[in-house]
Amino acid sequence: MEHVSFGRVYVWQLPVRVYHWVNALCVVALACTGYLIGHPFAIQSGTEAYNNYWFGTVRFIHFLSAFLFFFNFLFRIYWGFAGNMFARWGNFIPHRKEQFTEMAAVLKVDVLLAKIKPLPSIGHNSLAGVTYFISFLAFLFQSITGFGMYAAMSKSALPRLFAWIVPMMGGDFAVRQWHHMMMWFFIIFSIVHVYLVFYHDYVEGRGTISSMAGGWKFIEHEKNK
Amino acid sequence: MNASPLTLWEHAQSQGVSRRDFIRYCSWLAAAAGIEASSIGRVVKAMENKPRLPVVWMHFQECTCCSESFIRSSHPVVSDIVLDKISLDYTETLMAASGFQAEKQLHDTITKYKGEYILCVEGSIPTGDGGVYCCIGGKSALDIVKEVAADAKAIIAWGNCATHGCVQAAKPNPTSATPVHKIISGKPIINVPGCPPIAEVMAGTIVHLLAFDRIPELDGLGRPKAFYSRRIHDTCYRRPNYDAGLFVESFDDENAKRGYCLYKVGCRGPVTYNACAVTKWNNGVSYPIQSGHGCIGCSEKDFWDNGPFYQHLASFPGFGIETTADDIGLAVGAVTAIGIAAHAVTTNIKKRKFIQSEIADSETADDLDNKGGA
Repeated sequence: MEHVSFGRVYVWQLPVRVYHWVNALCVVALACTGYLIGHPFAIQSGTEAYNNYWFGTVRFIHFLSAFLFFFNFLFRIYWGFAGNMFARWGNFIPHRKEQFTEMAAVLKVDVLLAKIKPLPSIGHNSLAGVTYFISFLAFLFQSITGFGMYAAMSKSALPRLFAWIVPMMGGDFAVRQWHHMMMWFFIIFSIVHVYLVFYHDYVEGRGTISSMAGGWKFIEHEKNK
Repeated sequence: MNASPLTLWEHAQSQGVSRRDFIRYCSWLAAAAGIEASSIGRVVKAMENKPRLPVVWMHFQECTCCSESFIRSSHPVVSDIVLDKISLDYTETLMAASGFQAEKQLHDTITKYKGEYILCVEGSIPTGDGGVYCCIGGKSALDIVKEVAADAKAIIAWGNCATHGCVQAAKPNPTSATPVHKIISGKPIINVPGCPPIAEVMAGTIVHLLAFDRIPELDGLGRPKAFYSRRIHDTCYRRPNYDAGLFVESFDDENAKRGYCLYKVGCRGPVTYNACAVTKWNNGVSYPIQSGHGCIGCSEKDFWDNGPFYQHLASFPGFGIETTADDIGLAVGAVTAIGIAAHAVTTNIKKRKFIQSEIADSETADDLDNKGGA
């Protein structure tokens, strides 16, 4: 009987894994608090303001997570130059012909389910890579608009760097509206992302889920028996 | 008009104003312009040496609410500014002259005080169809503003009309109403938005020009920082209720009576830059939030298009009138979830054989034993 043998590949370096989970926590915190800021619950009434500060706390968590998210994001940009071959920017920005061919193939195998046999990509497949690149653009957009709005109540230098976005977009209202809309990108992205990780792990059995914990993935060797 | 106009101090003397009253008046002016007490000396010096400031005040697509607001200015009393300290040579609403006389007055002022006069613009300028939607004395507003702005020292754009286009520029903007700063370039333009702006803010802006002979410090949108650098929200007396999470849910509930934050009933305070919560209106009597109604953001760009006013998020363009980004997001989320469920089911149908064969192919305990425990 023929057996397939798998080899271990160290794909996600520790900094990538730490980045991933910090980012995941921040995005969850930011989306939850962001939604609350847009739609505060009426959890209290019949009391005086000096007794409470829950909404202020929600906003504080949002701002704190935002700073963490931003610096984590900056670190990932750097690691795209310093990390291993799976972490580099070349994986996210399609620039070679094979990447476009792979995208079409991924579409057929994993999205349309028109082909059965999984593809042998190790790190990100090209379609995932370009999706992550779009999400990086969304990170950038949220950082700029978020800090742009924050600048009005802050004296620190970092948010002030982004104050220009407010006049450019025509005022705080428009900035807030876009910032809020973009939250839904993160929510939808997270749903699809988590599902696809389960999908790949289930269909391919190459340890996709655990790879973000330990860093190892498995690739099929050439048939060796 | 004199060939060599009197300075403000000379003018005041001719009106029988005492030195003490003059100094007191200068202090008022300084306070109105947001100038610190230590600089009052500079204001006095300016008043002693400067001739009256020639001003032409144009009215285009507007409702005159800016003028109405301005003449209700209490500090400094507007009559003092209009009649004594500036020389308001042309303004359709307040001037005595009319017809050809008025046109001649305008012409005389802009030729005689070339490069000296201040141009105040109230209203937006329609640029559609060659500017036919607003004509005065046989000329279009577009031609007039270009002509008068050409030799102005500085331009003040009064109100949301002149700074952002206001209701005329709301979608679909049938007359292509355009704010001043999009038509005139190469001149200092001070934007004083609001519908209308607060009288004291208008007076303060003029006083600054008068006292210092230069435009006040402006922000990224060309607004005087002294009045537009802070949000209504950050200066609002109801702000503690916001931080405490105490919100009015509807205008007739108990929370409204208690004076909770109006955030959830659409208050635009968090996104609006103006001095309402500090300076207030009608000689400091009140401002919208104090009177129980949310701010509608009248000093912000496109505030008419960002409706409904009683909703925190704007309606999403292209969908129903009260459909917000959240409704759309939720729908997209639901569709995504359905898509995923369908994908998962399809995967198990189409790839079932493959997955089963992989499982069958996998190394069993027996195989491992054969390998010697591996």
